[in-house]
Amino acid sequence: MQVRRTPKTYDVCVIGSGASGGTAAKVLTEGGLSVALLEAGPPLVPARDYKEHVWPYDLPHRGAGVGGRAREGLDDEFLAPNGAWEIEGEPYVAAPGSKFRWFRSRIVGGRTNHWGRIALRMAPVDFKVRSRDGMGDDWPIGYEDVAPYYDKVEGYIGVFGTKENIPSAPDGVFQPPPKPRCTETIIKRACDKLSILCIPSRLAILTKPLNGRPACHYCAQCGRGCITASNFSSSQVMIPPAEKTGRFTLITGAMARELIVGKDGKVAAVSYIEKATREERRVHARAFIVAASACESARLLLNSRSAPFPDGLANSSGVVGRNLMDTVGSDGGGYFPQLERMPAHNHDGVGGMHMYLPWWKFDRKNEFLRGYHTEFGGGRGMPGVGDYDELCDSVEGYGVSLKRECKKKYGTYIGFAGRGEMIPNENCYCEIDPDMVDQWGIPVLRFHWKWSDNELKMAKDMQETYREIVETAGGVYMPPTQLCPDHPYGIADGGVIIHEVGTVRMGERPATSALNGYCQAHDVKNLFVTDGASFVTNADKNPTLTIMALTWRASDYLLDQAKKGNL
Amino acid sequence: MSISRRDILKSLTMTAVTGSVLRVIPLQAAEYAHRMVKTEKAAQSNTYTPKFFSPRAYKTLQNLCQTIIPSDDEAKGAIEAGAPEFIDLITSENKDYQVSLGGGLMWLDNTCIDRYERVFLDCSPEQQKEILDLIAFRKNEKKDPSLGQGIEFFSFLRKLTADGFFTSEIGINYLGYVGNTFVREFPGCPPVPGE
Repeated sequence: MQVRRTPKTYDVCVIGSGASGGTAAKVLTEGGLSVALLEAGPPLVPARDYKEHVWPYDLPHRGAGVGGRAREGLDDEFLAPNGAWEIEGEPYVAAPGSKFRWFRSRIVGGRTNHWGRIALRMAPVDFKVRSRDGMGDDWPIGYEDVAPYYDKVEGYIGVFGTKENIPSAPDGVFQPPPKPRCTETIIKRACDKLSILCIPSRLAILTKPLNGRPACHYCAQCGRGCITASNFSSSQVMIPPAEKTGRFTLITGAMARELIVGKDGKVAAVSYIEKATREERRVHARAFIVAASACESARLLLNSRSAPFPDGLANSSGVVGRNLMDTVGSDGGGYFPQLERMPAHNHDGVGGMHMYLPWWKFDRKNEFLRGYHTEFGGGRGMPGVGDYDELCDSVEGYGVSLKRECKKKYGTYIGFAGRGEMIPNENCYCEIDPDMVDQWGIPVLRFHWKWSDNELKMAKDMQETYREIVETAGGVYMPPTQLCPDHPYGIADGGVIIHEVGTVRMGERPATSALNGYCQAHDVKNLFVTDGASFVTNADKNPTLTIMALTWRASDYLLDQAKKGNL
Repeated sequence: MSISRRDILKSLTMTAVTGSVLRVIPLQAAEYAHRMVKTEKAAQSNTYTPKFFSPRAYKTLQNLCQTIIPSDDEAKGAIEAGAPEFIDLITSENKDYQVSLGGGLMWLDNTCIDRYERVFLDCSPEQQKEILDLIAFRKNEKKDPSLGQGIEFFSFLRKLTADGFFTSEIGINYLGYVGNTFVREFPGCPPVPGE
């Protein structure tokens, strides 16, 4: 079969349109380079795709989705199109004994269309963990290298927060935070008693207008997508400025399958499947930025085998696919009788927490290494399907008494979600499955996963902390239903927190890392991997802000190389 | 041959998607379709045609929904909130629900026949209360293991009825949720009574 070629050679081809790909597209096009961006999914049309301000009763399925899918934890009907736990025709495999779930996006903007907008900087110590406790590895770069780019990203996307001077949670360029909700004032008071830090959260949601984007209107529905683009998404904040330059070509429905290496040992083209026609096509460029999400990026490199790169592209070290990390997640919550007395009032706020608990035990010796932060929320939100499952099971019966009990308990629950640092281990990795391909003929990933003792001890500490906070605040602790042998201390399965990183890690030594500190492949100079795959460690900070800062930095470096004629 | 509503709707949809099949839908046809849908919807509000449940099973479902969340002096109940329609819709799309709910309703009728020699709907209010009081509480399974399936069924139906009720306009107003609107400044927490 003859493969049709796109005749044009772009300066840069970016693969993936999420937090990383969008940032690269904006910075590179504004820097004067021509960019082609491949996205595996369709374009995003907010006016059509977003269900902002829709009531459950406006939809026949009330938000439960066809066949009540949302009740099974799949695809909430209200969410912005963002991806799914299972994609038809695009399977992945968990090795026997491994439990791993992979949330993938197929839409312009990727997972930024629905993420929690939690925008936390990694702390200086997070970059140098091995020097501190001997586990994992240090990053080849330090906080001082990334800090100017944190400034740039925060200044551009808009993040609210407060200056706190906490070593584990560096301050940034902040807009003012919204006032706390009732649930948050209750927890803050308890945390003060316990000397646990509880501070305004840091979310990429505007509380002041910025670059033509209006401030938040406090409907709490960020996850549905925001018509006014008051929250950050790559699709609404990074892609439009790239388009404005006239140097940007967006190719949707394009599933990258292989990077093609030229005679000079550099990547010459990316081969992709045009989903609409199922035909193979190619984009030629002088440099390539792979930003398909950590595991998809590793998959693309591992599937790009050639004579000079028999184990996959940029993989002479053998680390591609290795060091897979997610975040340690364990949840708990409580019932707070004092909330029964609250008058009806608007509790919505932004689409996420107004306050959070940064890691506070950084100055002492704990039973485990590293740390975690805590997200929490609850109260009088918009009712949704599944909200009354647990109450129905505990109250039982039927009739007016059940009805009144549900009303009495409405808005009296506050949930806590621990989000902690996992140390990479040799049992957690992804590789190409030897037998299976997806519907595009591309070999799929097989995941291996095992938590180590450090993560379990951390989850135990989370459970103890949340019980202490709930009881101090006058509530009744309700441990997660997952407290069973399968999920010790309620620890979530690998991948479930959707913070997978580390599969194409950076490092100083080409023998033990795939990329240098600019996300540039040691083996292939015109190849960059800028998404979470490049992470050396997975600090307790949600990765998105760091992904954008690293991408911006890599893009600046690439622009500089282009100016010097090294493209 | 007269043009059916289905044909018109189908052509409208196809145009929206492909923009090519009929190019332009005559204005009258579009108006005709909209009118028909409106009429049908108005008619439906009185007599909903279940998509999955048989007419008798649906009546039993309605009865159970209203028993689980009845009208009282504070708010209307699950039927007015559209819970049976909601449950019928998602059940029509889910094979597992068809087994657990369709089978559960059959279990209820069979059990009533065994105990009272008539199906649930034909039982006296006292008999209905007696069997529901048995399957509405998990502890009863210990005394009588044969109630297990009924308890499981009722527990699931209770959750779906709560879903249907509390996601309705009636249910949301009953709970007192305030929001889903534009607010210039988030006002924060009002004073907590008694604190």
